Order: sequence, then C-alpha cells, then structure tokens
Amino acid sequence: MIDRLEQDLSFFRHALGVRGYRQELLASNIANADTPHYKARDLDFKAALGAALGTMPTVPPVRLARTQPGHLGGNGAPPFAGAMRYRAEYQGAVDGNTVNMDVERAAFAENALQIEALISFVNHRFRSMQAALQGQ
Amino acid sequence: MSDFRIFAIAGSALTAQSARLNAVASNLANADSVAGADGRPYRAKQVVFQAMPVEGGGLGVRVTQVVESAAPLRMQYDPANPAADEKGYVALPNVNVVEEMVNMISASRAYQTNAEVMNTARALMSKTLTIGQ
Repeated sequence: MIDRLEQDLSFFRHALGVRGYRQELLASNIANADTPHYKARDLDFKAALGAALGTMPTVPPVRLARTQPGHLGGNGAPPFAGAMRYRAEYQGAVDGNTVNMDVERAAFAENALQIEALISFVNHRFRSMQAALQGQ
Repeated sequence: MSDFRIFAIAGSALTAQSARLNAVASNLANADSVAGADGRPYRAKQVVFQAMPVEGGGLGVRVTQVVESAAPLRMQYDPANPAADEKGYVALPNVNVVEEMVNMISASRAYQTNAEVMNTARALMSKTLTIGQ
C-alpha cells in the first residue's frame, strides 16, 4: 500500500526537486547580476528530470583525485551537473557578465508558478486518495 | 530549494548590494571634502563583487575588496583656501556624482529584486508545507 503511494508520488517528488534546484540557479543568476565575468546558467529541464527519474543516462559526478593526504577533496559536482547549461548571450557586457535581468526574472516567475502547479497536483492526488479511502 | 540555500544566495546578494550602497553613500557624502580622515584628499571607493559557491550548489555573491578610484583628483583654483598648494589649486575628491547616482539606482534595484526572490521563495516554501492538508 505504502509503496504504491510512494510510486504514485515519486514523479512529483523528483519534479519538485528539479524545479527547486532550477529556482536556486535562477536566484544565483539574479544575485550575480553585477558580478564581473559571471556567466548565467540554467537547467535543461528535460535532461535534469530524466536524470532524477533515472530514465536518462547521466554524466557521473566528477571528483578530484587525491594522491596525497594533504590534497583537498573538493565539493564534488553540484546536483544535475550534466543538465546544467550556460545561457546563450543576449547582449554583451563590458565586464563579461551574461546575466540578462529580464530573462532571469521571467524565468524565475515562470518556475515559481510551475512549482505552485506541481504542489496543487500533489494536493489533488492526496485529496482523490482520501476520497477513495473514505469510500463515500 | 531544500536546505534554504535560496535564502543564503539571495541573502548574500542583499549584503553585497548594501555594501555597494554604503560605498555610494560615503562617496556622495565626501564629494566636496577637501581632506579625508588620513589628511589626503578623499578618493571614490568602489566595491568588487565575486561569485561565492554555496554548499550544495548555487552561487551567492560577496564583496572581495573595496578599491579606490585611480581617476585624477579634481583640481580647483582657489588661492584663498588654506588647503591650496603653492600654485593656488585645491585637490578635491575624484567622485563623479552622476556616476554615483547611477550606481545607487542600480544597487537599489538589485536589492529590491533579491528581496523579491526571497519573498517568492518564502511563499513557495510555506505552500510546500501545506502539501496534503
């Protein structure tokens, strides 16, 4: 019973995870709108969701080789590293920054709406399950 | 969105932008100062931003240093001024008031946007907490 529930909801869980991470990336772009040489990044949503669901081959996380005890391990690759893309430059800036505030804000608002939609889908699933359980 | 990283990212941007606003305020306040605290003419200060990795992915921003503008000082002919040199010129700060105003507007807009990002993240999180209710 519980495993069915998990099966039913795992898609939403993964989708929310990817959406949440994309929201973080977009927030990073907005935060670094004035940082010289910063390159705006975004997720290839399809690839990231595929990686999260395990339906798409993923790039194995790149780790630093530690051949001496004094070497630092590094933080490893961020989640969905294989699906991360640099945004195509829209208008060049002298300081090498490629953040376009309008694009980032639009994407941020759109992604927020997508998250809200996902949450209402999950809520709807719960409500229909509850209705089925009550058998009325 | 997990681990409140988005708040760390937007929060670091708020800190950085307010540091920039501080620099602008001090530049504007000293636009006509003859001598700074160290006795030398005041030089316009500029903050330097750098992307800062946040634990678990995402990039915040931090101020790495405050640099002084290398632009030449404004020389004003005013022989009556006690701070004038032997030729009668007074060295005034190299603050460009127009530039500072533009900088100020840019910083305040960026601050607002990052505050909005935080608000959106907060709204989404409280929505997430109501799942299944």
